[in-house]
Amino acid sequence: METSTLFAFLVILMAAAFFLGRGRSLAQAQAAGGVRRLNSLPSYYGMLTLLWCGIPSLIVLSLWLVFDSVIIQQLLIQSLPADIRALAPAELGLKVNTIENMALTGMTAGAAPYELEAINTLNQLRGTSNTALTGLALLIAALAGFWGWSRIQPDLKARNQVEGAFKFILLACSCLAILTTVGIVLSVLFESIRFFSMIPITDFVFGTAWSPQMAIREDQVGGSGAFGAIPLFVGTLLISFIAMIVAVPAGLMSAIYLSEYANSKVRGVVKPALEILAGIPTVVYGFFAALTVAPMIRDTGTSMGLSVSSESALAAGLVMGIMIIPFVSSLSDDVINAVPQSLRDGSLGLGSTQSETIRQVVIPAALPGIVGGILLAVSRAIGETMIVVMAASLAANLTANPLEPVTTVTVQIVTLLVGDQEFDSPKTLAAFALGLMLFIVTLGLNFIALHVVKKYREQYD
Amino acid sequence: MEATANIENATGEKVEIMNDVVAQPNVDDIHETVGSPFCENAKMAMRDVQVYYGDKQAIFDVGLDIGKNEVVAMIGPSGCGKSTFLRCLNRMNDTIDICRVEGSLKLEGQDIYDPKLDVVPLRARVGMVFQKPNPFPKSIYDNVAYGPRIHGLTNRKAELDEIVETSLRKASLWDEVKDRLQSPGTGLSGGQQQRLCIARTIAVSPEVILMDEPCSALDPIATAKIEELIAELSENFTIAIVTHSMQQAARVSNRTAYFHLGKLIEVNDTEKVFTNPEHELTEAYITGRFG
Repeated sequence: METSTLFAFLVILMAAAFFLGRGRSLAQAQAAGGVRRLNSLPSYYGMLTLLWCGIPSLIVLSLWLVFDSVIIQQLLIQSLPADIRALAPAELGLKVNTIENMALTGMTAGAAPYELEAINTLNQLRGTSNTALTGLALLIAALAGFWGWSRIQPDLKARNQVEGAFKFILLACSCLAILTTVGIVLSVLFESIRFFSMIPITDFVFGTAWSPQMAIREDQVGGSGAFGAIPLFVGTLLISFIAMIVAVPAGLMSAIYLSEYANSKVRGVVKPALEILAGIPTVVYGFFAALTVAPMIRDTGTSMGLSVSSESALAAGLVMGIMIIPFVSSLSDDVINAVPQSLRDGSLGLGSTQSETIRQVVIPAALPGIVGGILLAVSRAIGETMIVVMAASLAANLTANPLEPVTTVTVQIVTLLVGDQEFDSPKTLAAFALGLMLFIVTLGLNFIALHVVKKYREQYD
Repeated sequence: MEATANIENATGEKVEIMNDVVAQPNVDDIHETVGSPFCENAKMAMRDVQVYYGDKQAIFDVGLDIGKNEVVAMIGPSGCGKSTFLRCLNRMNDTIDICRVEGSLKLEGQDIYDPKLDVVPLRARVGMVFQKPNPFPKSIYDNVAYGPRIHGLTNRKAELDEIVETSLRKASLWDEVKDRLQSPGTGLSGGQQQRLCIARTIAVSPEVILMDEPCSALDPIATAKIEELIAELSENFTIAIVTHSMQQAARVSNRTAYFHLGKLIEVNDTEKVFTNPEHELTEAYITGRFG
């Protein structure tokens, strides 16, 4: 049976369990003298039976699906002739792959006899596994459901148990996000460790030259491989810095205007407009930067006698700043609105003007929250990819001049991983090390930002 | 008059209250304020004041004088418009978009709703203390120095120190905070915060101080201190205070104004209002039959 069909069967079983459980409790209620004699409402008994029927079976089902393919592969390898099994792991993997592909497509022309044998074994194993899974899942569902059903008594605390089960389901869902994060971090971490076993970590963190082209063949020209991450981080910080110079004043002031001065009509127009800005895909910002802003800056610079690269940090930074404006603006808007009206009244009541009130009372009160918001925006700027891929350069220049081309960490990660790769060369693994560093930097910034925001919250509660 | 028979059961009580309501005059028929709303040496003079929130009228035809160095208490049930009226007196209602004020409101003969008048100096002359203590998230010193600084009352540190000290002394807070002027104002207790707000208000030397239920968020001891303070302040300032506590009105004010559903029902000397009210509604309110 297909997994989806099995799943549908389980759902039907669960629905049946609900009605059976509900019916049994209703019957018992009638015997005991009314629904009020029951500990919980009949639907809770139904729900409890449903959970008993569904959860154990679903757990078994998902575990089975996770480990199924690994176990089948192991069994398949066991069944192969001894001389094939004696091959090196990489070649053995290749053989297994071929067999699996042939089994999948059914194209067995030119297959060796042992391969045909293996395809048969594989198909058999898969069939057995499927039948076993179907039987087991349905059996567990029926048994557990029956057990849950037979437990129903008027004094069974179904309501409390359903409450507990829901808590468990919610917990499981939140664990999913955490486990995914842990999984990503670990995979990046292990690849990074492989990288650092080839390139010393000090060279990576403190090196000032970045040139990841490695010679693949002995006689290949060019590319000695230099993995100093400093130019990349300097470039990232330069572009982020330019972006923040654009985004912070513009975002903050638009937030102040919107929350303090604008009447509801203006707010009704400007706020959605800002949100549209936030909704533009970054790839659109990217070609806007590359095709419109960068040439404009270059031409303006040239007319003033400056030599400006057409992939200057300035162009990427400016456009990224515009992208972040709504982010800064909406975060600051929230924080400014959280400042109690009583503080404004107090200041206005002393005879200060609105701008004095904003500068001396509202902004100082909101400052920690605004700083937190800005730090979040910075970590967004650092992690931003699409704009810089299109508008920033690939040249890892170590410079603070915004008119020169620079590259960023994200751009290099993209470049390293685009196209055909060999995953045991430092060139490719460097992407993971860069990702890890980037992750650490943004994590640190987010941590500080959240800490600051939290501290701010305590002020009025 | 109302039923006076000693009725014990719950139904009977209900009947009594219903009788009571029937006995009250319809508010729509009230067009004049009884008592003495006007006085000789008025600091602020209000005539025919109407206040609207959008289409809804909140204040109807209110006329009231606040005499120099007088304490006027405004009492009345919730939603009767007493706070709204108070906030008209220094144009704090300007901060509410939909609020519209009509009529004549004068401070020493000058129309405070004159479009040419600058509202900023007006609010320095007519200060306000709010219901909830609202110290700025700054040090105690900076809270008090805030007003003098923005109004440029002084440039010299020594003078500013003096203003801060006298204001805190007048608000009877100096002895409690003189050793920690640089610590945050928000760290004080509720009563201290409210006195800090009063000190902050008097630091700009206003002529009139408006108090909007200044003690409603405070405990009885802090309340007693503020009431004591109001008595002292009335020597130098003209004070209008909105309060929910009739005892407080009786203790601190010279005259009392009773508001009901946006109308000013009665204004009289405080003693008269609480011992021998002229209007039935006032009597009903102060004897606790509604409110």
